Amino acid sequence: MEELNYLLYLLVLGLTTLAMAAYLVFFISQNKTVRKAARLILVASGVAQSLYILSRYILTGHTPITSQHETVIFFAWATTWAYLSFRWRYTVKNFGTFVSFFLFCLVFISYFSSREITVLVPALQSAWLPLHAGVSLVAYGFLSLAFCGGLMYLLLERELKAKKFGYFFARLPSLDALDQLNSHCITAGFVFLTLGIVTGSFWARQAWGTYWHWDPKETWSLITWFIYLVQIHQRFTVGWRGKRAAIMTVVGFLSVLFTLWGVTYFLGGVHSYAG
Amino acid sequence: MPAERLLLLGVNHKTTPVEVREKIALSSGYDEPLTALKRVRGLKEYYLLSTCNRVEFLLVAQPDKNIEQEIIRFLFGEGALLQDVGKYLYILEGQAAVKHLFMVAASLDSMIVGEAQILGQLKVAYRHASQLGCTGPLLNKLLHKSFSVAKRVRTETAIGSSAVSISFAAVQLAKKIFGNLKEKNVLLVGAGEMAELAAEHLVGQGVGGVVVANRTLSRAVSLAQRFNGKAVSMDELIVQLETVDIIISSTGAKDIILYKEDVKSIMRSRMNKPLFFIDIAVPRDLDPKLNELDNVYLYDIDDLSTVVEMNRSERDKEAVKATRIVEEEALKFERYYQGLAITPAILELRQKIDSIGQYELEKTMHKLPGLTEEEKKHLEKMISAINAKVLHHPLMYLKADSCMGRDNRDKKVAIIRELFGLGD
Repeated sequence: MEELNYLLYLLVLGLTTLAMAAYLVFFISQNKTVRKAARLILVASGVAQSLYILSRYILTGHTPITSQHETVIFFAWATTWAYLSFRWRYTVKNFGTFVSFFLFCLVFISYFSSREITVLVPALQSAWLPLHAGVSLVAYGFLSLAFCGGLMYLLLERELKAKKFGYFFARLPSLDALDQLNSHCITAGFVFLTLGIVTGSFWARQAWGTYWHWDPKETWSLITWFIYLVQIHQRFTVGWRGKRAAIMTVVGFLSVLFTLWGVTYFLGGVHSYAG
Repeated sequence: MPAERLLLLGVNHKTTPVEVREKIALSSGYDEPLTALKRVRGLKEYYLLSTCNRVEFLLVAQPDKNIEQEIIRFLFGEGALLQDVGKYLYILEGQAAVKHLFMVAASLDSMIVGEAQILGQLKVAYRHASQLGCTGPLLNKLLHKSFSVAKRVRTETAIGSSAVSISFAAVQLAKKIFGNLKEKNVLLVGAGEMAELAAEHLVGQGVGGVVVANRTLSRAVSLAQRFNGKAVSMDELIVQLETVDIIISSTGAKDIILYKEDVKSIMRSRMNKPLFFIDIAVPRDLDPKLNELDNVYLYDIDDLSTVVEMNRSERDKEAVKATRIVEEEALKFERYYQGLAITPAILELRQKIDSIGQYELEKTMHKLPGLTEEEKKHLEKMISAINAKVLHHPLMYLKADSCMGRDNRDKKVAIIRELFGLGD
């Protein structure tokens, strides 16, 4: 099992890198055959990630979202499938290039974190673990899509405002498409994020006795949640859109990353067993 | 087949000034000149293309100088000599003619490279020629091929996507901002000709509605009618900004008519929906500071020219790719054409040798009635082996590529025919 598990990991590594490379080639050449290949490779990578997570589940006996390595892989998995489910509904030109690059970064990080299997601490031996951590990471998946879209928006907006049409002008979709992408992904991400926080507080009640601890990770989750809440609220009431929404998305996502990693490394707290 | 040539004679916007082209242009339509050409002897197949930028004849004919002279007289009128009109006229033969036709069809020879009209014109010209029975197997094949080459160029390169004009640039930018232009409204401020053209382009892209604001309301009303829109007075300008998305301004006003503050106040009630301003007036109508506002994009005539320039260089890159496709296809057609001459010769040669073998075999069999089945088989095998070996070198000779780049297939076919007594 352990060997199979490792083989699957290598497969994930290879396919994700290959997908990124193929999307990059497509981005430069705009060749449709390459795009088709890149899409297929990305789907294959998604399948490989699923299998890897499954094999690790069997290997460890619990949902593999407890070490840094596992969390990052799960994050990548959530992003991949969020993207694929999204793509299935409608396409955003060259979005795949940005997403596949982000996925590559995640898988790259996972490569440098320990693949060692740790024994689950008692506090984590709960049915809440897959629910809370899983839902939160799915939220991060959608929010990272919004982040990629936000970056694309800012790149294109800059060229349109400066009237200097560089490399990205021809290769990016319309501002409107990117803005809608932002709105959809953030709405979906926000729903999952809320669920993540709610399930987390139920679990906290069960494990630690109170719903809310003001543990750094909880606090930062709340901050992140508020950033997105403000953005969604403003969009519907006064029409915050375009550049401002894109910047907010990037800021929100930095907060997501800090909640995921920064808190563990800089602030500690009761959540620190997880990656 | 080898006895005829593919010829292309023509004048176009590159070789011939418009004053000369005007005289040549066949204003009476295709049928009359096509019928008149039927009188020219030695002309097997022909077709004729006439647009405002070119007049071209494509012929399949006997190699005969008279035909060229005849066509020149036809084009330039009686008494015209080749040396007089040589500077205008281009005469292409064989593969060069094929390549030129493909270039024309793919819109690489057009005045505005990449414009799509030419293919339609080519199809019309071909339809006339084929209806009158002027085209034959070779031209039918060649023209259909040119249509598919044009299609290939269009799908494999972006040559058609970047036509070069200010209004095209405006549409292109609008699409980059709004994505879909349906349900977007256009406001024309001032009723200049250029604004009208840009609006026409936008309406062609399916924008929702057109509003025209002009100092003289009557002009606004008549322009609005053209686009099925509505006319408003200049005083309503700012109110209109609440509902429109694209503004094309081209008034003759000396001063700025719309300031940053005016637009800023409107953005709130618009819920920050993007506004795209196009200022094609000189001096400018719109405050350059508009561009500083979030979700507001302002382009003046110079900015649009930048886009046009970009399209031009992008298109040139694509033209290189397209030319490669054309060359490739012209080469393929050339092979096919040469094959036409060689294939029958090969077939005939095979048939001849085979029939000799068969005839002699049967004669021998009759004389040797006591042969077993196996012995008969051996004899048959021997005959076919001899046939194959005899044929080997002549076939290699026929199929071999041209020597030193010179194409001498016609000659080769003639030699083989004579040596083996084919076709008599």
